[in-house]
Amino acid sequence: MIPEIGQFALALALAVALVQSVLPLMGTARNNVIWMRSATATSVLLTVLVAIAFGALMWSFVVSDFTVVNVASNSHSLKPMLFKVAATWGSHEGSLLLWVLILVIFGLGVSLLAQNIPLKLKARTLAVQAWISAGFLSFMLFTSNPFDRVFPAPLDGQDLNPLLQDVGLALHPPFLYLGYVGFSIVFSFAVAALIEGRVDPAWARWVRPWTLAAWVFLTLGIVLGSWWAYYELGWGGWWFWDPVENVSFMPWLAGTALFHSAIVTEKRDSFKSWTILLAVLTFSLSLLGTFVVRSGLLTSVHAFSVDPERGIYILALLAIAIGGSLTLFAVRAPQMEGGGLFAPISREAGLLINNLLLATATATVLFGTLYPLLLEAVTGEKISVGPPYYNVSFVPIMLVLVLVMGVGPLLSWKRADLRGVLARLKWVAGLSLLAALAVWYLDTGGPVLAVLSIGLAVWLLGAVLTEWAGRIRLGEVPLAESMRRARNLPRAHYGMVVAHAGLAVCMIGFVGSSAWKSEVVLFAEPGTELEIAGFDVRFEGVEDLRGPNYLSRMGTLTVTRNGSYVTTLRPERRAYPAAGSSTTESAIRTTLAGDLYASIQEPASEDEQGRWTLRILYEPLVVWIWIGSGLLALGGVLSLSDRRLRVGAPRKRAQPVPAPVVAE
Amino acid sequence: MKRILAFLPIGIAVILGGFLLWGLNPDRDPNEIPSVLISQPVPAFDLPPVEGLDTPGLSSTDLAENDGSAPIVVNVFASWCVPCRAEHAVLTRMVREDGIRLMGINYKDKPQDARKWLDDLGNPYERIGSDLDGRAGIEWGISGVPETFVIDGAGTVVFRFVGPVLGDEAIGKLRTALEQARRNRAGETS
Repeated sequence: MIPEIGQFALALALAVALVQSVLPLMGTARNNVIWMRSATATSVLLTVLVAIAFGALMWSFVVSDFTVVNVASNSHSLKPMLFKVAATWGSHEGSLLLWVLILVIFGLGVSLLAQNIPLKLKARTLAVQAWISAGFLSFMLFTSNPFDRVFPAPLDGQDLNPLLQDVGLALHPPFLYLGYVGFSIVFSFAVAALIEGRVDPAWARWVRPWTLAAWVFLTLGIVLGSWWAYYELGWGGWWFWDPVENVSFMPWLAGTALFHSAIVTEKRDSFKSWTILLAVLTFSLSLLGTFVVRSGLLTSVHAFSVDPERGIYILALLAIAIGGSLTLFAVRAPQMEGGGLFAPISREAGLLINNLLLATATATVLFGTLYPLLLEAVTGEKISVGPPYYNVSFVPIMLVLVLVMGVGPLLSWKRADLRGVLARLKWVAGLSLLAALAVWYLDTGGPVLAVLSIGLAVWLLGAVLTEWAGRIRLGEVPLAESMRRARNLPRAHYGMVVAHAGLAVCMIGFVGSSAWKSEVVLFAEPGTELEIAGFDVRFEGVEDLRGPNYLSRMGTLTVTRNGSYVTTLRPERRAYPAAGSSTTESAIRTTLAGDLYASIQEPASEDEQGRWTLRILYEPLVVWIWIGSGLLALGGVLSLSDRRLRVGAPRKRAQPVPAPVVAE
Repeated sequence: MKRILAFLPIGIAVILGGFLLWGLNPDRDPNEIPSVLISQPVPAFDLPPVEGLDTPGLSSTDLAENDGSAPIVVNVFASWCVPCRAEHAVLTRMVREDGIRLMGINYKDKPQDARKWLDDLGNPYERIGSDLDGRAGIEWGISGVPETFVIDGAGTVVFRFVGPVLGDEAIGKLRTALEQARRNRAGETS
């Protein structure tokens, strides 16, 4: 009964979405205020209906209703409750429902929170949002119904892929989707602006908080996924340039470019068509991600099941959404330039370089991701593109970006004094040179990229602090005055400082864990000892344990350093009988200096009983990645909490001469 | 100029979309590993028989100087390989019912283990080469055991299958390849 309610709610939701796709637009054409306002009511109704469907599916998982195909193939009665709930979005169908739920919630957000947007823009935005909802609701109802029943019902479920039964991964999809789908609002705003044929600073001000919010969620989603890969897959890496990782990274890069470009549109009434294009492209890349993950187009370790019919359907949706919006862009964009002029050395120019570099970086990742497909289509040859490609293409672009990032925030609008700025940064430049030389001295013959990256990370950190110190005039005025200035600095400014510093911290982690990692893989018997990065590790043995829906074999490793006890690592290998597969549970000792990481595998072959494959890694500085990413997200949140963007905050009618209200 | 630039994004999107559409072709399997051997003559190798077994050994001449009566299936197996055990029954049935000619390469296996394995499960192989050091395996470019190849009457490799021949889909692929190998022969004689 409950699943049928869900099914019915979905069908009704499609009908409501279709109404919302048309009625507000007709309202704008005929100046009918009631029709335009109807979008608010329908978006509430739409959200309620999709929430009912989602609740119904979650209920089926919670009570383990195995008459529903989706539950039977992705759950198991013995599974812990948390993972029963998380299994709701563990499958293709369920995750699609979550996707749509987030989509309509964002639509609801616009209709309820955005009070000060012109009625026509709002009506158009919500109509466009409804087009996307209708597309995905019909996709779900026609090709991937989450409520399909099975008869006779199996006695128990086939269990969710045990790799996915993990807290990090239970949270990863919701955050990732909040990011992916959050960009849909920006897309809808952009298409609405294109329909209207008008973009002004006010438009950019409405769009920016939504972009930032989506970006923060996407950052967290990517980091959660990366962290999960780090501790769960047992290989010790945190980024593999896998197609599925890349497709989540591309919207992030484009989104980063977008909210920087939107700053220029907001402050200087410039970069208009570029901002619009980025808004369209960012969501297009999110859609591309959805397509790649669900169509089996590329080889990847973690994609959903392959189904060409679904692939065709999503591709058709893509063609309509991306093709339609870009065609509209091509027609309308040439009419809407103009705005402030600026000198080649200025904040605008800095942000322009930022945008060009980020766009190139995105294109590089896109090319690397799709190149195997392009090559196979043209020559039939099959290859895969891995880290070497990205190290020579993507990484150098980002390093240049970091170099410019140090200078950018110090430049003033319209025309800046580059010489003065560089003079302020000369100490920072010296310091980063020293850091690079120190790295080179300690690790002579090591990777050149590592030396460069550490130097640039120090450069960025120093430049960010210099900018902040200059802003509060630290050392120039009495300390109390500096403190007062520090308190009065807009939150958005702190957002920039924290996020830029976060990137520098991340870079230190990236370099440490990829350039200076040490690894030992060996067959071990109880009593085997090994040495890694100054630690002595002794393999004590393996014991068998029983979990709720798995059998575990847990190894015990005693770690000492110079004879004194450090810690005991207990890596596990879990076998899930219902799902018929196993997972690696690594054991990690984390410190700021680096992670000691251990994982264990079954005996290599049958006549090797009693011997285990041990993999011990030492990854220096890896925790800096998680700290830095946290800072990136925190920066976004700080910027979002800025008074200027807060709902209901009184806004000045017209901005007087660029007063000290300088954002990043 | 500006107008043309504005059409650039949609142009790129359309081209990419074309590739994506091509990529959805249901016959395409991105995980399939192609073999360099396909449409090439069988590689040169000469393997002795498994020690203590009556079945004769296997060399490239046995495959190249095939009298053309039927295509040959070459199966790489080992007693220590569990999937081989599962696929063994399928291959035995195909020899019995379809009358295929099956040759084996016993890969990195101890002779006594291989003998015991064949005693337990039966020996459907016409010839078995013992590849103790894995040299022939390298010549054939195998990525693991089991692997199965189909050789047509002219001694050309027409098909490679990685993994155990189990289930309708795999057996179907093998049968299709055998059919193709027979046609190759017919085409040459006519």
